Amino acid sequence: MEKDILEHRLNINRRRFLSRLSLGLGSIALGSLLIPDLFTGSGADSEADFIPGIPNFAPKAKRVIYLFQDGAPSQLESFDYKPKLREMMGQDLPPSVRGNQILTGMTANQAHFPLVGSFYDFKQYGESKAWVSDLFPHIGKIADDICIIRSMYTEAINHDPALTFFQTGAQQGNRPSMGSWVSYGLGSENQNLPAFTVLLSKGKGNGQGVYSKLWSNGFLDSIHQGVQFSSGENPVLYLNDQPGIDRRERRKMLDKLAELNDISYKEFGDPEISAKVQQYEMAYRMQAAVPEIMDVSKESDDIIKMYGPDCLVPGTYAANCLLARKLSENGVRFVQLYHQGWDQHNNLPQEMAGQAMDVDQASAALVTDLKQRGLLDETLVIWGGEFGRTNYSQGKLEKANYGRDHHPRCFSIWMAGGGIKPGIVYGESDEFGYNIVKDPVHVHDFHATILNQLGLDHKKLTFKSQGRRYRLTDVAGNVVKGILS
Amino acid sequence: MPASNIEDQIPDTVSYNFNIRPILSDKCYKCHGPDASKRQAGLRLDKPESAFKALRDNPNAHVLVAGMPEMSELFKRVSTNDTSEMMPPANSNLKRLTPHEVDLVKKWIKQGAKYEKHWAFVSPKSWPVPEVKDKEWPKNPIDNFILHKQEQYGVKPSPEADKEHLLKRVSLDLTGLPPTLAMQNTFLADKNPDAYNKVVDELMKSPAYGEKMALHWMDVARYADSHGYQDDNYRTQWPWRDWVIHAYNENLPYDKFISWQLAGDLMPNANKEQLLATGFNRNHKITEEGGVIDEEYRVAYVTDRTNTFGKALLGVTIECAHCHDHKYDPFSQKEYYQLFSFFNSVKEPGIQSTVGGPETYAKRPMMQVTNDDVKGILKFINKQDTGKLIVSVMGDSEVYRKTYILKRGNYDAHGDEVEPGTPKSILPFDNSLPKNRLGLAKWLFDKRNPLTARVFVNQTWQELFGKGIVKSSGDFGMQGDLPSHPELLDWLAVDFMNHGWDMKRLVKQMVMSATYRQSAVITADKMKVDPDNTLLTRGPRYRLHAELVRDLVLASSGLLTPTIGGPSVNPYQPPGLWENATSGRGILASYKQVHGSDLYRRGMYTLIKRTVPPVEMAIFDASNRDQCEVKRLRTNTPLQALLMENDPTVLEAARVLAAKLLADKSQSKDKITKAFRLIMCRTPNEKELGILTGYYADQLKTLNKKDAQKVLSVGEYPIPKDLDKITLAAMMETVDTIYNLEEAITKT
Repeated sequence: MEKDILEHRLNINRRRFLSRLSLGLGSIALGSLLIPDLFTGSGADSEADFIPGIPNFAPKAKRVIYLFQDGAPSQLESFDYKPKLREMMGQDLPPSVRGNQILTGMTANQAHFPLVGSFYDFKQYGESKAWVSDLFPHIGKIADDICIIRSMYTEAINHDPALTFFQTGAQQGNRPSMGSWVSYGLGSENQNLPAFTVLLSKGKGNGQGVYSKLWSNGFLDSIHQGVQFSSGENPVLYLNDQPGIDRRERRKMLDKLAELNDISYKEFGDPEISAKVQQYEMAYRMQAAVPEIMDVSKESDDIIKMYGPDCLVPGTYAANCLLARKLSENGVRFVQLYHQGWDQHNNLPQEMAGQAMDVDQASAALVTDLKQRGLLDETLVIWGGEFGRTNYSQGKLEKANYGRDHHPRCFSIWMAGGGIKPGIVYGESDEFGYNIVKDPVHVHDFHATILNQLGLDHKKLTFKSQGRRYRLTDVAGNVVKGILS
Repeated sequence: MPASNIEDQIPDTVSYNFNIRPILSDKCYKCHGPDASKRQAGLRLDKPESAFKALRDNPNAHVLVAGMPEMSELFKRVSTNDTSEMMPPANSNLKRLTPHEVDLVKKWIKQGAKYEKHWAFVSPKSWPVPEVKDKEWPKNPIDNFILHKQEQYGVKPSPEADKEHLLKRVSLDLTGLPPTLAMQNTFLADKNPDAYNKVVDELMKSPAYGEKMALHWMDVARYADSHGYQDDNYRTQWPWRDWVIHAYNENLPYDKFISWQLAGDLMPNANKEQLLATGFNRNHKITEEGGVIDEEYRVAYVTDRTNTFGKALLGVTIECAHCHDHKYDPFSQKEYYQLFSFFNSVKEPGIQSTVGGPETYAKRPMMQVTNDDVKGILKFINKQDTGKLIVSVMGDSEVYRKTYILKRGNYDAHGDEVEPGTPKSILPFDNSLPKNRLGLAKWLFDKRNPLTARVFVNQTWQELFGKGIVKSSGDFGMQGDLPSHPELLDWLAVDFMNHGWDMKRLVKQMVMSATYRQSAVITADKMKVDPDNTLLTRGPRYRLHAELVRDLVLASSGLLTPTIGGPSVNPYQPPGLWENATSGRGILASYKQVHGSDLYRRGMYTLIKRTVPPVEMAIFDASNRDQCEVKRLRTNTPLQALLMENDPTVLEAARVLAAKLLADKSQSKDKITKAFRLIMCRTPNEKELGILTGYYADQLKTLNKKDAQKVLSVGEYPIPKDLDKITLAAMMETVDTIYNLEEAITKT
């Protein structure tokens, strides 16, 4: 069947086939195995345009799960331990440390920049002796499975551009999301599910919102758009058949549609018509595959216990982590989670505790779960926000209350699996937690590294649009070799 | 008939512009092009004076020796297999030239290696209308150009589409709506040779014409109903949208249409309509995020305007010169900021207000639309209440704001100061013109400007034929696609200018051509020789734009509310989309669906919240209105299938149409035929009708009362009480099947 479909379309128009089929570039190799003359015949030379040197090298990771902490969690209450800040509590940030850093409008007019140390204590965990705050005990326990990067930096200081930058490699919007690039580069492993899926959850902390443009396909074909899975009755938009129509009736209708479309195809000869029939068939298969994925009733008690009771409450971060594992396990290339509520301009001690409570256990459980299943080696898990937070208090510093403003110059994220060296801490900030003193990692470097782990050379994964070859990493980016195992 | 693909042929005369420059630009200019900072070996291949010089590192060798490819390093390097010599270098991430490209380079050098100025930067010429062998076929000069090229390649045009397909095509193209049954009947019965002309005139007179034309302009102008950025609260920019519809319907000439939008506020004795038109340049995103750096955002707005000006009106990627000299086109970073300076004196801060009430729905400079205005000069604005209505428009401060080159494009990294000016490779700015937006508009419509007319003519062609004569309609530069029919593009551009920039005339000229009227049937031969239909040997056959999918469904069912303009509306949308992705601030934090006739407005009136654009539109490739877009993708995905199957809008339309059909005193066969004609705009053939009546009969048998109730439960429109539920549900399913046919939402 597969072969018939391929051949049918190929006979009609090779190029259109390649640009439209819901397979990625990598899968073209597969196509050419099935049909040896895929790249021969007339116009063969132009086909090269669709394989920009892929696969570039053997991949370490096959899939990505990105646990995005939206709003920017403070590194100083999580993974970057700075006792000095407690010692200097209330003293002004020395201007020599701040240097030429631009401040946001929220603190630019503050007369003082009182340093503030973490309200929460830190402990060292595992053989790696990584420092993790008491807010994240579960993540602490998997310290030997993860790689903490304490030297991330970005270019943007406000949420929208910073988020957009992390997701698309550019601040201004309209570019494909990272997941879309991966879908474009590698295609789907599962014919019944989209290659790029998105899961949203929200904490009680001050939120900044996420938006669908973050998982947009930009100038890539919309088959690479992130598909949002949500809790509730209709996990994918329009997935459920209309009331009163069951699967058998839908099948009947699809058969009639195919018959009628075929009449039209015979008249017009337009390959779009047969492509349409195929899309209806994939939709039909998705209708069966998605509810199966969403169903957690078959998960063992141990698993439920590990992720925590929230994982049975649809729409929570914990439920999304469990769902992420299932999607990933079923071949979804890129699962993008967003957990909102990390923008602690004030009330940080209280709000951050709530946010950490939402994500700590389930994030750790996901890594452990994947490891137990032998999937961690081929799945790259990423945890982090869009920038860091200032080492001084925004507004008044009180004994048990303070806030932190945006800080792009230095913050922490962690990664696990997918060929990333476990149990290490990479990069270092100064004793104020303000500037990076060792091994800085730019957002472009981060992107280059992720693509690298997927077997994609970030300089070669390009798409020509409006006269320019675009990359996720724009014109920059270096693979961070120091974190590769 | 040629055996091979048209793209594989080597022309008798190899042209630098059409055959060679695309290769050099794509594979060589990166290191041997206009960008001085990346140039290798001191060599630039884009300038003959450099390319014919002896090599810097080897004075005995020359890159180009006219007539002698074997003596030319260019040919040697691109054809060698020696990795130490080959170009592009093995480690450059650039692909090697194909054998076909190497052959072209060889022949070009043999024929003298003649350079030409980039075609798009030379004013369009008034080419003579070519002679063709088949004198019968052309209906107007467009056809002579098209047929002339076809004859050169030995291919033939398709016969005219049958009347049903043709009427559907032209009706959707001119009004965005399917032809009514009455229109279909009249047109089919009209045997007069003038019938098509008559129907075209009728369609162009319809107010829906302005809506259809405005749809594309909304993308170009990045129109939306929210401010964008993270809080993304509501804005009232829709009176500007009402003006655009009005302007198209009034057939305002293109030069005025654009000049008002660019500089209406600066016109002598500017009136309120001209001022409203300048809303164009305030449609960009405006932040309401507390704590941003003011200047950063102010610069972002000016940047957006500059980039939009470049892409929409000049068809160039001027934005590439924002951070550095353009890598491919002759635009320096300095020129970018010279253009930028025209838009840099607007009386606006980066942030004016954070999320708030109606006073924040427009940002200074703004205008108020009074109740007197809507009775007078602005009577085209569909203002539905007497509340205060404000619109963001343009207005410069009294003091000219100095403009500096921004190093690497950073808002705070001032370089040298620049004066207002335009890229000289396009057309130098005439010093007698005022150095403001009004002067810029005059420059744009200077008949010597090589781009203005071509770019618009091309966009119009794109919307009617499915793709532009220049496929990359936003990039006429070196990296863009070359025109498939350069002489035709020029002829159309010159003709457009010579006829007073008359947009309706231009559109009519295109739809009256025999080229446009061809059948869209793709024969095996056509697919083999010209799969992309570059030679236009068949008519356009494309899936409709997102908004028009909705319009077709609503119009064919009779549900459509034909109101023009007014505030945008929120029709059915799956729950939770806004609520799950919001900062929680502002009136767009949660989705408030409308009811009654507002549920059935045309797609272009669905409210666009930038950060979560309407999902039924996004799934069908609508622009998210983040930035200026001149061309939409056209994809085919499983989510589109799910939407057509299960979207309440489609289901409700099927139910409403089914109820109407059942009220007719006719046989079920006739009812289904009528539905088919309303949706597909043609009579079903016997086989199609057989399948559908069979399906209807089957549904009548299988549906039980309970399921029928459920089937009918979708949508708010009332169900007539007197109809049998099972019959209605069965008919609804049958109509729904027609809506899901590929052809239903396709322009055939």
